Amino acid sequence: MLKYTIRRLIAIIPVLLGLLVLISLLIEFIPGDPARVMLGQHVSEEALEILRERMGLNRPFIVRFGIYLGNLFRGDWGTSIREGRPILTILAERIPATFELSLAAMIVSSVVGIAIGILSAYRQYSVLDYTGMFIALVGISMPVFWLGLMMIYVFSLVVPILPFGGRLTTGVALNSVTGFYVLDAIVTGNGPALGDVLKHLVMPAIALGTIPMAIITRMTRSSMLEVLRQDYINTARAKGLASRVVVLRHAFKNALIPVVTVVGLNFGVLLGGAILTETVFAWPGLGTWLLDSIYARDYPAVQGGVLFIGAAFILINLLVDLSYAWINPKVKYD
Amino acid sequence: MTRLSRTAAERKRARRSSLLLDTVRRLRKNGLAVVGVLLIGLFAVLAIFAEQIAPYDPIKQDWTSVQKAPSGEHPFGTDELGRDLLSRIIFGARVSMTIGIVSVSIGLVFGVALGLLAGYFGGIVDSLLMRVMDIMLAVPYVLLAIAIVAILGPGLWNTMIAVGIVTIPQFTRIVRSSVIEIKTSTYVQAARAVGAGHARIMVRHILTNSLSPIIVQSTLTIASAILNAAALGFLGLGAQPPRPEWGVMLSDGRLLLLVSPWIVTFPGVAIMLSVLGFNLLGDGLRDALDPRLRGSR
Repeated sequence: MLKYTIRRLIAIIPVLLGLLVLISLLIEFIPGDPARVMLGQHVSEEALEILRERMGLNRPFIVRFGIYLGNLFRGDWGTSIREGRPILTILAERIPATFELSLAAMIVSSVVGIAIGILSAYRQYSVLDYTGMFIALVGISMPVFWLGLMMIYVFSLVVPILPFGGRLTTGVALNSVTGFYVLDAIVTGNGPALGDVLKHLVMPAIALGTIPMAIITRMTRSSMLEVLRQDYINTARAKGLASRVVVLRHAFKNALIPVVTVVGLNFGVLLGGAILTETVFAWPGLGTWLLDSIYARDYPAVQGGVLFIGAAFILINLLVDLSYAWINPKVKYD
Repeated sequence: MTRLSRTAAERKRARRSSLLLDTVRRLRKNGLAVVGVLLIGLFAVLAIFAEQIAPYDPIKQDWTSVQKAPSGEHPFGTDELGRDLLSRIIFGARVSMTIGIVSVSIGLVFGVALGLLAGYFGGIVDSLLMRVMDIMLAVPYVLLAIAIVAILGPGLWNTMIAVGIVTIPQFTRIVRSSVIEIKTSTYVQAARAVGAGHARIMVRHILTNSLSPIIVQSTLTIASAILNAAALGFLGLGAQPPRPEWGVMLSDGRLLLLVSPWIVTFPGVAIMLSVLGFNLLGDGLRDALDPRLRGSR
């Protein structure tokens, strides 16, 4: 297992390096003068020269890439042109918001998806099954941003029970310890803030979790159906075990592997979907920041943001792979 | 006479067993797939005959009827510039269908070519190509598309290129795995023995036998391409106003959500139904083309 983990970690290096090359090529492909594109038409030649020098645009690609790589290893991810602050500092501020949202969406989608999936498989070809599958199909086809807007219309404007944007109502006090507001509110024992934070989290989490929920529902159903046909399920039934025990303990545990894969892989998808959800709900996370950087043509920031999300995606996929062994002792890595 | 009737019977049997007819027959038995085909058909008709069907000019502004609620005159209402929403959605079908088909074609052409090369030649070609695909898959689709559009600049064509590039790895992977499976089969060895060249083997013998997964993937990818393109439009990075693109329409109506919710509602429903159509057909095709299920009904 340890050997396998090390081998997988080593295998990540070329992919990360490739991702870095791809991201560095970003600027190479900008038509025209990248410095002028970033700073706009009405700037002095001096300002352009300063930026070119700072970003190494006067040097060949390979030199610039070498310098970028060296800086990355020293913990210098560059400086945002728009904000004039180190990218790593901004990332550290933004990451908790996005991860909190993604985690909440993951929980919503897994709980609902697995529940509907199990029920659908247990009562195959029933009204319940058809309803569940219909919900899953519609969920998979739903534009996240549209669902977000519709929820805002219903729950914030028509029946105003939930806030339509942000992470915390202005005026509600909360000491930020970790940047994860739910955790911060719990750690500091701040009840009113916790309620407010959760209220802000509900709609974005549901909107972001819809597509993964649909995928998890379908996967759970098909995986359960396959397991429920096995001989050991018949044996368990023949022993006189309660149906609930057979389904949850014997079948579900064995149907879990493909479900975990899908849950894990969808965490990466969530990071992508977060860009859209954050935009709709004015969520101050990585997505809105990355998008603002793109609008402002702040390429160093775009490089940093894409690199971070890509690296997180790769690492999460690895963790998913490694978790198989934990769930299923039959899976052995060598 | 007997000989003739036997030939007719044989022909009939041959026809019945042909892949296409068999697939169509199986699809017709699948209620959801039929719904998918009907939805796609509806949007295809809207896209092709938009000029004839749309009651108004989709980009003509009418300041006398700004933000009008749905009525007999404007069944879907009008937007903030007084444009008829129904007409914009009908013309939007043309934009979205074009994006779906063109971008998937881009992904298909490059993905199939790369998958064939990687699977057929193996070795260093395979390793190199698949590592590049791994890198592309290391970034979430929407983010990759956004990054590409950020370089190329916003616009309809660039959206199609970006969404198309994003789909390449999926096709490459699918084609590669089916090539690896097929290339060791006896008929490929036979073709090689009679002196067929690499290109001929790849296209005539391998590609034609791996069409099923490619068809299924293409259908499902059109659905995600429409969604991704709408997302880019919504973010202001896709098709640009005044072009009636569903994502752009949604974005335009965002700030008017409280007073004119219909501006946001209808384009969203259009996106969902078109995507649903392709997803339903893709699912149906997957079942219909699955050799394990073939002949079971």
